[in-house]
This record gives sequence, C-alpha cells and structure tokens, in this order.
Amino acid sequence: MVPLPYRVSWRRPDLADTVTLALEPVDDAIARPTAGQFDMVWEPGVGEVPISVSGLPGNGAEGPLEHTIRAVGPVTTALCAKEVGDVVGLRGPFGHGWDLRRADGRDLLIVAGGLGLAPVRPVVTHALNDRDRFGRVVLLLGARDPESVLYADQLERWRGRFDVDVEVTVDTATPAWHGDVGMVTKLLDRAPVTPADTTAIVCGPEVMMRVLAGSLLDRGVPAGEIWLSLERNMRCAIGHCGHCQLGPLFVCKDGPVVPWTDARPLVVARER
Amino acid sequence: MERVEIRTVRVMLSVITTTGLEAVIDRLRADRRRVIGPTVRDGVIALDEIESLGDLPVGWTDEQVPGRYRAEERGTDELFGHAAPASSWKQLVYPERTLLVRSNREDGSMEAVEPEPTRLAFFGMRSCDLRSLELLDRVFLDVAATDPTYAERRADLFVVAVTCGSPAATCFCASMGSGPVPSAGHDLGLTEIGEDGSRRFVVDAATDAGRALLATLPHRDAGPEDLAAARDVGARAAAHMGRTLDPADPPVAAADLDHPRWTQVAERCLSCANCTMVCPTCFCSTTEDTTDLTGAVAERWRRWDSCFTLDFSYLHGGSVRQSGMSRYRQWLLHKLVTWHDQFDTSGCVGCGRCITWCPVGIDLTEEVAALAHSTGGSS
Amino acid sequence: MTAIDELLAEHPFFAGLTPEHVELIAGCGVNVHLAPGASVFDEGQPADTFYVLRRGSVAIEIAVPDREPMVVETVGAGEVLGMSWLLPPYRWTFDGRARDDISAVELDAACLRGKCDADPALGYELYKRFAGLMRDRLQATRLQLLDVYGSHVA
Repeated sequence: MVPLPYRVSWRRPDLADTVTLALEPVDDAIARPTAGQFDMVWEPGVGEVPISVSGLPGNGAEGPLEHTIRAVGPVTTALCAKEVGDVVGLRGPFGHGWDLRRADGRDLLIVAGGLGLAPVRPVVTHALNDRDRFGRVVLLLGARDPESVLYADQLERWRGRFDVDVEVTVDTATPAWHGDVGMVTKLLDRAPVTPADTTAIVCGPEVMMRVLAGSLLDRGVPAGEIWLSLERNMRCAIGHCGHCQLGPLFVCKDGPVVPWTDARPLVVARER
Repeated sequence: MERVEIRTVRVMLSVITTTGLEAVIDRLRADRRRVIGPTVRDGVIALDEIESLGDLPVGWTDEQVPGRYRAEERGTDELFGHAAPASSWKQLVYPERTLLVRSNREDGSMEAVEPEPTRLAFFGMRSCDLRSLELLDRVFLDVAATDPTYAERRADLFVVAVTCGSPAATCFCASMGSGPVPSAGHDLGLTEIGEDGSRRFVVDAATDAGRALLATLPHRDAGPEDLAAARDVGARAAAHMGRTLDPADPPVAAADLDHPRWTQVAERCLSCANCTMVCPTCFCSTTEDTTDLTGAVAERWRRWDSCFTLDFSYLHGGSVRQSGMSRYRQWLLHKLVTWHDQFDTSGCVGCGRCITWCPVGIDLTEEVAALAHSTGGSS
Repeated sequence: MTAIDELLAEHPFFAGLTPEHVELIAGCGVNVHLAPGASVFDEGQPADTFYVLRRGSVAIEIAVPDREPMVVETVGAGEVLGMSWLLPPYRWTFDGRARDDISAVELDAACLRGKCDADPALGYELYKRFAGLMRDRLQATRLQLLDVYGSHVA
C-alpha cells in the first residue's frame, strides 16, 4: 500500500516531548478511521511509525485527522518537528478499533495511562456525542506527574459536564497539585459504574493495562468486556512482515484492540 | 435403499524420454520464460537459470546431515538424484530486496513502484518446495492484503515438479504431508524411472497449461510397468525419510514455555538466522528508508528479516524478546504451532534445510520431540 | 451525630467484624475535624493515632531539602490512614497534610494496642486488614516507582 501525501494543517505542542499534528489530504484521502485504529505515518527518508488517531472530524463532516506523537526515536522526533504546511505520508487506517456498539446500554469505563489518553480520546467524544446509548460514562486517567497530563484543557471541559465523570491521578506531585496522587487502579473504587454491566476500555503502558485488567476482573467486570489496545513493533501494518506477532495474533490486523479473554494468556507469558 | 454409484476417474499418465524433457525446457524458453532449476554452483546444488538438461546436476547427489552439506558427483545419468537444493525457491517469488515506494520532495509525489513483469518457470521443484508456495500464497495472496510483487510472479508461474527418489537424512516431508510425491500446484509432475542409458519420466499433466505443453511433446501413455516403477520411487522415498515429526508434538511443546529444553537449545543457537534464510516459508521482512544525497528523493525498500535478530521486536524502551532463548522459541512455535492459528496449516514443509544449514546442527524434529516427551517443566 | 461504633460498622475497612469487636475499637475513637492545610501527622513524631477518613482527603508527603515537598499518595474518604502505629518504633515515616475539610474518626493507638494484647482475636482481625492494606499500598508504590508513563528510550 502506498502512502498518500498529507499536509499538516495545524500543530499543537501538548507536552514537552509530545505534539499533536492535524493532517489533511493533499489529494486522495485514506478511508475514515474509527476510534482505536491507527495509521502509519511516513517521514520520507527516515521511516514510518504506527500512530493511533487521537481526533476525528464529526460524523459526516470533513476535517483533519489528528495524531498525537511523542518523540522517542528518529522518526517521531522528525514528525514532532513538522511545521504547518509540511507534508508527510499516511497509510491506513489499520486494525480493529473499539466498537462502541458493544457497549450499548452499558456503563462505559475508560481507563487511560499516560499517552494512552490519545487513542481513547475519539472514544470519549463519540460517546458524548451519542450519550443516550450508554449508562454511566467514566474516564479515569493516570499520568506521571501534573506536567504530563495530556489534553488538560479538554479534560477540564469534560469535567465540567454533568453527564461524564472524569478522575485524574498522578504518580508523583508537589502540593501545588490538588488532584489525587497514586496508582490509577485506586480510582476504580470510586468509579460509579456497575461492574457486571460495564464495558471497560483500557489503554496505556502494558504493565498498567495488565494490572488494571486484573483489578477490573476482581471487581466483577467480565473478561470479555475488558478491551485493551496492544502495541508491538510494526513495519508493514498488514500482517506480512511478521514483526508485531504476539503468539498467534498479528497486533496490526488482529488488534490492536483485543479483549482481555484473548490478551491475558499472551501478555502474562514472559517472553524474555 | 439408496444405490450409490461410484465413478472411477482414471488419471492418464504419460511417459516422456530425455528428449521430450529437453523439449519442455525449449518450449518454456520459447514462451519467453526464465527457466529456473537446480544446478551445480560453488560445490552445492543451488538454483539458477538453466537453458538445457545439461545444466542440471546430472549424476549428482547430496549428503545432508545436521550442520553439514556435501554434493558429490557419482557419474550416473540420473537427472534428479538429489534432495532439496541449498537455496529455496522463495527468493524468486519474494525477492530479498524490493523497492516499494518512491517519493520526491520537489513535486510532492509519493508513488508505488510497480513490480517488473516476470515470466518464470520452475523446473525440478520438489514437493516440499511446491507445498511451500501454497503456504506463501496464504500469507501474501490474502484478500485483505495482497503483495503485488508476489502476486505478479506467482500469477504466471509454470511449475515442473519432481518426485523425490533420494531423500536426504534431514528430510521429513512425509511427516508434514508435503511429499515425497507432488500432489497439487504443479503444471507437470515428473517421476524419474529407468536405469542409466534408459532414463524416462512418468508425467502427470495436472493443469490445462501442463496438458497443452505435453501435447506438443513426443509422449506415450504410461504402461503398467511404468506406473509400478513410478509408484515404487515414491513409496521407497516415503519409507526412507531421514526424520519424522509427530504432528501431535508441537502443541505439547507449546504448553510449557519454561521447559528446560528451551534453555538448552538456546545455549547452542547462535541466532545467526541461517534457518530463517533457507526456510522456504519464513516470510518476515523489514523496511528501510533511504534518500539520495540531496534528500529530495526518498525510497522505501522491503528486505528479508529474521525473528532471530535482537531488534526484530524492538519497542522504544527495548526489545520484547531480549534473550536468544525467547527468539528461538518464537521461531519454533510460530513455524509449528501459531501458523495453524494464523493460516490453518503448519508452516513447516519438512524440507530439512534448517537442520542442514544450522552451523551447530540444531534439529527441530529432535527439539520438538524432546519438548513434548521429556519431563522437566517448571510447574 | 452518629455513635462512633455505628460509623465504624458502616466503614468498609471494618466489614466482617463482630459487633463486640467494633465496640471495642470504637471505645478508642473520637470524632475529629481538621481544616484545609492542617498537619495531620509529622515525620518522626510518635505514631499515637490512626484515622478512619469519612470526608476529605489527606496528602502523604515527604519533605525534600532543596525543593517542594513530594506527594507520594493521596488518601481519601472511605480509606484508612496510618500504619506506623502497628509496629515499633511507632513513629510516623511521612508527613500528612489535610487538603480540604477533614472529618475522621481518630483512633488512639496505645488504647487499641492494649485491647489487641488483651484480645488476640481482635488483634488478628485488625492485622489481617492492615496486612491487606499494606499489600495494596506496596503494589501500587512499586508500580508508581516503575514510572511506566515515562518515555523510556533504549
């Protein structure tokens, strides 16, 4: 599959090492991604990386595809340095996303850790645009410290609404932080959801997701209703290069969103 | 009471001589095909373009044991008296390096590089390698994601397959259900019978293209003697397989990821990736991005990769599979177990190349049997 | 104003205790209210008390000489605060600061330790619960230490 040229229509520095790029097609466009899917973003001459979509235009509307990128290597560093008007290549969308139709009539519990808030952001906006379909909608976020809370403005706006509960905790802080300090699992006790009727969407570092899924299970959320987003080395994104294999799964096409029933035996096996 | 009618369809087999076989190569070349076949090169039986039967390793055989390959000339006129050639046919349908995309910053273009049209004929392909094509089809011709280069080369391929008469000590195609007699996927299937001075070939023309080609050659119907001799070649080969692999063993091996045998084999494994390179079904690749000196033109290449490399599973914090053990385990369990989940078949065709070409002679049939049948789990 | 033993009986930490044991514990307790910013306990001071939080949250902090104090955990309504009273040398190891209005039951450590010595069954029940609390805090602390959200570039 060939990358299509996409132009940066705006950029927003989110954190010290994280930037959101809004991409619009120069010519042809890729198919519209759904929440949880990812694109392969190409910096010609440097490389290609999988980035989840973190923002989608509203239903039926035209608009840019937002991608939140953290600089951790040569490709992502180059992408974070892109200016408005610069062109990158985009292939996609790839993978299975979070299918919110499964959560119809259920409480929706979204737990994000660190940069994991980026892929779930379209889930929250989608749920809030279609609010009546769900019971309680709860967003729990764990971050490293107050300076690392992603989309802080957006979180404040969501907190201000009456139809969604938002709780944020950090691993460490100074007293200037008036929010919670502690592991994100602690927030589960306060989540106003009925576990047996909850669909949980979990996204963050694999250690955090593993521990969190166990905690959700302990509290009575069915394993088939806990949905993780997995990450592995990806090159082709179409199941040909073999890099992203996790047991029998190709994370690029059988995932990245995987229910805990399938993910559990794979992520607890010690690979090293 | 129902009456069941049984209709017998008799497959017509033919016989051709070396003259006829030479004509097969001529016809294929006249059809603008590059004919690839086994040939002696650098002291091994390897694959290369051939122009006539004389290019084949006539009278040669091979000795393959764990970690050792020897080809030797016996001075007979047997055309196919050897086992799987040193290289697999994989690189002809799935090149080691492929240019995928080119971009130009000056005009903003990003273009897929169309595969060059190729017309190939595989001559003297063994059933294990023929089966490997069927397996690679499942990877690269998936409806959801088709590889253009593979599809292009595969679409117009003509295959002359050969029954193995001299399996090597490392062969176990019979265990994997992929030989020694070619059963599907060939256009012409040959079995070499006869003696020095009177070699002839029982031919199974399996496709319309195969039948059309056979019709242009001098041939006769196979008689009972020919058929018996041909059956005998296959039967003897099946009975003399160098090794076996019990299909019930791999799932048992997969059940104990901490079996001490994994550590033992890892102590021998060099992570040299030879096995993945010679394996006819290993398909992993990676991508490389290059630019010209000005930085204006960028190219994206695909090249073969191996799960044995340390950075194969690299995430920005480090590699998921850091130890040689975890990488050997990944390779073995993918090939023999998770291939079933992914592609509904084992990924192994029993060609034995990984055993022959492993510098330390690791034998996956021995490893799987030990993992499945010896005790020593951690629980 | 609800009696202390009713408050404790409702509290999840004490679920499963016999009414007799609840009454014993309540006998060591008083209701307290603290203003925002008040110091609940100080590092190094004798751990004479522990708290059953009913309303408000407390920041567990550690003072660092060259910068602002670091908050290692916040403990809120429905949680129990203070484990240093259980084991010698019975000294607080962190600072505790009220972040907002606190309503809590403050339990006298010496009183309760005495009752546990006299009634080992009571002691066993309390220690089981505190052991679970320590396990949860230890696990969470270890995960916080891992800095999982940090960018770990190899």
